[in-house]
Amino acid sequence: MKGLLRLAVDSHVIAKRNVIKIKRVPEVLVFVLISPIMFVLLFAYVFGDSIAIPGGSYREFLIGGIFAQTVVFGATFTGAGLADDMQKGIMSRFRALPMSRAAVLVGRTASDVIYNVLSLAIMAITGLIVGWRLHTGPLEAAAGFALLLAFAYAFSWVMAYVGLLVPSVEVINNASFMVIFPLTFIANTFVPSENLPGVLRAFAEWNPVSAVTQAARELFGNIPPGTPEPSVWPLQNAVAYTLIWVVAIIAVFAPLAVNRYRRRP
Amino acid sequence: MSGAVEATGLVKRYKEVTALDGLDLHVPEGTVLALLGPNGAGKTTAVSILATLLQPDAGSATVAGADLLASPAEVRRRIGLSGQFAAVDEHLTGFENLDMIGRLYHLGRAAARARARALLERFNLTAAADRPVKTYSGGMRRRLDLAGAIVAEPPVLFLDEPTTGLDPRGRTEMWGVIRALVGRGTTLLLTTQYLEEADQLADDIVVIDHGREIAHGTADELKARVGGERIEITVTSPDAVEPARLILDRFSDGRAQVARSRTVTAPISGGPGAFREVLAAIEEAAIAVYDVGLRRPTLDDVFLALTGHAAQPSEEAEPNGEAS
Repeated sequence: MKGLLRLAVDSHVIAKRNVIKIKRVPEVLVFVLISPIMFVLLFAYVFGDSIAIPGGSYREFLIGGIFAQTVVFGATFTGAGLADDMQKGIMSRFRALPMSRAAVLVGRTASDVIYNVLSLAIMAITGLIVGWRLHTGPLEAAAGFALLLAFAYAFSWVMAYVGLLVPSVEVINNASFMVIFPLTFIANTFVPSENLPGVLRAFAEWNPVSAVTQAARELFGNIPPGTPEPSVWPLQNAVAYTLIWVVAIIAVFAPLAVNRYRRRP
Repeated sequence: MSGAVEATGLVKRYKEVTALDGLDLHVPEGTVLALLGPNGAGKTTAVSILATLLQPDAGSATVAGADLLASPAEVRRRIGLSGQFAAVDEHLTGFENLDMIGRLYHLGRAAARARARALLERFNLTAAADRPVKTYSGGMRRRLDLAGAIVAEPPVLFLDEPTTGLDPRGRTEMWGVIRALVGRGTTLLLTTQYLEEADQLADDIVVIDHGREIAHGTADELKARVGGERIEITVTSPDAVEPARLILDRFSDGRAQVARSRTVTAPISGGPGAFREVLAAIEEAAIAVYDVGLRRPTLDDVFLALTGHAAQPSEEAEPNGEAS
């Protein structure tokens, strides 16, 4: 079988296996879906009245940030899933099979998109309940969700690489928190980046998580009229800047992860 | 000359540890080679290298005619691997596991399904076929794991400690399954810590320690060096060790050795008759003993006979060799 076809077939087999596992262990899915609901409710009701968004409502502002944060956190599942496969020894079986060398990773990152689709859907419903609204057409809204998913997919390759580097699920959960918390908090996710002090503000403005958040807000129409134009290029061109990151992350981390998979004992 | 597995000078080093130190292996087609050694001897490393999971630091090998380093993909097409820790997915059913493996060997959808059903039947797992593997017993998992290794009917099979952790019944079952496999002409390289297992299954045994071959031969040849049955005496006082050793030496076919503190062991033939004579001699010499037993040789005995020291990191001794 030729290379690309084999990659597609093998990745499909692996993705199917991962989907079966999602169905067999629904507890995981429940937690995946409950935590974004919790975040929406906590931020909406705890910070909702103390953070002022000029000309708009904090809840409208918040949802784009929660979306971005949740899909980035969702990438942890990719790393945890791979670390688990290694701990259980099934990775050795895969590595001794005459299958495509990228399929375990391609299949894994593909099946993990399901988590993100479901959590975006749940969050959107929760958001609608607490007062978030789409102010744009269906195409733009769809583009917003697609962009979030694309970013999530790219980020899951980062965690795939990390998952192959670390020895256990526990380590990856802790390690990813150390990266993902700063990345999603030093951003415009929960407060406008202009409110942050010096260095943090610069980080936030160039942080791709800010760009994907900004892009989602634009595409959902959650930026109140009269809000001043952002002062930096990444936020002025949030969609383009996000797409650049998506391509760059995959271009760097997919080969790194596949190479690691080939060599890992 | 060229066997199903030919390895020359395999070396694998980790920072300070040399896991394999120039191992040669020769497994003729259709035969079974057992790699016998204690934990940490390098058995798993050797299998991992031959199954393309690890790159050797030096040496070369061909597996089923394919060069390990030049065409690992070709090697993977021709081998089956079943590891020490059952590498099946516990959330999938038995059928789903085998079906998935068949698809990944590119058997095609229909063939993979048919093969999965046939293997479940053959390994006596049909009743559990549609249950998640996490409900399986240890022995069932091992059988499923082994079934996974032969989905594509590979000419060469690697089994890494196929019965470690199984109870005696599971072990006996597994032996039966493996024997049936080999009867079909598969070449098998298996690793084990149990001399008895190597004896039961292998045509040829390579004993390794610290990544090196320390002995090589058939089970009978090795036993001839180790002695068949062994008598083991544990005395109550350290002063009695030497007198007990001298008595054992008189009756032994080989040499009596001090295995552990206060335990003396020696190969002996003649079964219960000889055993009684030794007991009488011990009695006559008024040596107080804590325990006396007659048992079949274990890996420890092989090591004692071959190297003069016990198998270093062995946590488990042969569990079913007691006959005292």
